[in-house]
Amino acid sequence: MTQNDAFKKGLEGLDAGPRPSDAGDHGAPPQAGDLPPHPSVDALRERFGDAVLRHELVSGDEHIVYVLPDRSLEILQFLRDEPGHRYDFLQDLTAVDYGGGRMIQVVYQLWSIENKLNLRVKAELPLDGLEIQSVYYLWRAVDWLEREVYDMFGIVFDGHPDLRRILMPYNYAEGHPLRKDFPLRGRFSRAEQTRRALNLRTEDHYSPRELEIAHVLGQSVPDPFSPAETNSGQQQFGGMGGGG
Amino acid sequence: MSSKLRRVIYNVARNPELSSGGSLVHAPIVPMAGENARVQEDIAGEHMLINIGPQHPATHGVLRLVLELDGETVVRCIPHIGYLHSSFEKLGEYRDWNQVVPLTDRMDYLAPLIYNCAYAMSVEKLMGVEVTERCKVVRLICMELDRIFSHLLWLGTTAIDLGAFTVFLYTFQQRELIYDLHESFTGARITTSSTRIGGMMADLPAGWIDQLVKWIEGFLPVLDEVDTLLTNNGIWIGRTQGVGSISAADAVNWGLSGPNLRASGVSYDVRKDRPYYDMDSYDFDVPIGEHGDIYDRYLCRMEEMRQSVRLLRQFIQRLPGGSINVDDPRVILPPKTAAMNDMESMIHHFKLVMEGVRAPVGESWFSVESSKGELGMYVVSDGGSKPVRWRVRGPSFINIAALPHMIEGALLSDVIAVNASLDIVLGEIDR
Repeated sequence: MTQNDAFKKGLEGLDAGPRPSDAGDHGAPPQAGDLPPHPSVDALRERFGDAVLRHELVSGDEHIVYVLPDRSLEILQFLRDEPGHRYDFLQDLTAVDYGGGRMIQVVYQLWSIENKLNLRVKAELPLDGLEIQSVYYLWRAVDWLEREVYDMFGIVFDGHPDLRRILMPYNYAEGHPLRKDFPLRGRFSRAEQTRRALNLRTEDHYSPRELEIAHVLGQSVPDPFSPAETNSGQQQFGGMGGGG
Repeated sequence: MSSKLRRVIYNVARNPELSSGGSLVHAPIVPMAGENARVQEDIAGEHMLINIGPQHPATHGVLRLVLELDGETVVRCIPHIGYLHSSFEKLGEYRDWNQVVPLTDRMDYLAPLIYNCAYAMSVEKLMGVEVTERCKVVRLICMELDRIFSHLLWLGTTAIDLGAFTVFLYTFQQRELIYDLHESFTGARITTSSTRIGGMMADLPAGWIDQLVKWIEGFLPVLDEVDTLLTNNGIWIGRTQGVGSISAADAVNWGLSGPNLRASGVSYDVRKDRPYYDMDSYDFDVPIGEHGDIYDRYLCRMEEMRQSVRLLRQFIQRLPGGSINVDDPRVILPPKTAAMNDMESMIHHFKLVMEGVRAPVGESWFSVESSKGELGMYVVSDGGSKPVRWRVRGPSFINIAALPHMIEGALLSDVIAVNASLDIVLGEIDR
């Protein structure tokens, strides 16, 4: 086949739209019996029954299991602790917002170092009930990941000991940036964004816990952006009183 | 599928005269007597809250740490990040699949090619595109080269943080030569943006492999010299052995990956455990430490550089000829002459440029072993020419989250050492 023919063949493909990947038709996920079995999914079905909603295979070899959000904690604990599964390494925790008022998915990407198994667990949350149990006490790795998902999507993780914004400033008032209803340039005008950035107080650079420590110690917190304060060690903890 | 890891045992003689048990932890606190005792009593138990960063040379970017100190001991450490936040993931949702590539190398500007490749690999997995054999090997060369590139920066800056200035000059001179390799391949030194879906931006230029071989020959003696400078250096050992150690179980639970995890004795390397691009057919070892402290992280990275060189030599030997780009009109533009001379190719060119590559409905997760740990790329598509969600599992973001766990109870001077040893890059932490 000459190169020209190859491109002509490709053009037909372009008109027909994207070719589906090996995963097959995503509109109607194949039934569990048709999929190559995944040992952990079978065990989950046996143990938790209806709490395991469905099982999908995407991109060739990636198993996804959808679970009821209310029971996600016990399911994940089972996956972490049960011999033969032992997903001891949490690769990632994130969320996906498809927009259009659809449910937001919380995605747990798990890996078992011992058994060399991959599994993606998803829980779907409606927009008016963005709340799920924290897995902080199962994997400490989610300490910052849950904070990030909270910051970016507004999902509240029940039981996380220190759930506060992580990438955006603590006084950020425009919402949760990775949600589809959030405009790329933010909700406030450029002038308002600048005004807010310039009007930050020293306390705005600290979390409530740090301010509490400083209060107990009888200190004022140092302003990280004021060279006058950082250079004069004497005054830093003296009577500057947070004048940023 | 994956071969069993071969454990590399280091002949590390812990320095017995430094302290009993062979690990030096802190300088002993000598109780004061006489008049000084009264002064010490005055300040005993009084804690202090201090702020390090965001603009501080030892925070390797714009990390900010708030420390509660009892004397010189860190009682509590609270990191703050986000000062470099550029919302890459949000920007990615407004760009074509190929236009996301420039965002990836701005995340980890210390090893840009690894991020370029990992992104392209995840999208190719989603689309079911199998790249050519030559492209696979070229990408593997790029990734191993940038592992060395990033480890060299880590070595130089960590040494300089701990007071060893000479090492910095050696490693940065070598980095300069890798910059030259980047430049002659991609045209850029840092922001390489070299991959495309289905291939590379360009094939290797003539003579590039010779340049690489020449660099490898010159690099190994330098690595040996650095080894001589540090490995048995009393100050280096004193500042690193037993400092910032984390147990294997904790390291796994905190999600550490890369050399930081392997220094604790856990043999998890994506190249061995989930081999991509036939990595299992190459011969290489994954070094594993046992104490999980800064010194073992250093040893792991030194050995990883040697293993990367070993891999690079095998890649060069096996580099096949043929096309660098896959022959798949869905993703690759027609050659210029065809686009100028025949109608179908011109239409094809126009559609690909104007609409962009389109990925089928679905999602894929692909992870590679970056210099800092497991780099995962998660892409979700709704069938359009832009990603619905592009998520980066950044190794630095998760590694640095364990910093408070490692330094609470240590000395203030160890904070700098531990922070340096984790090998973070703030572009990716703050994304």
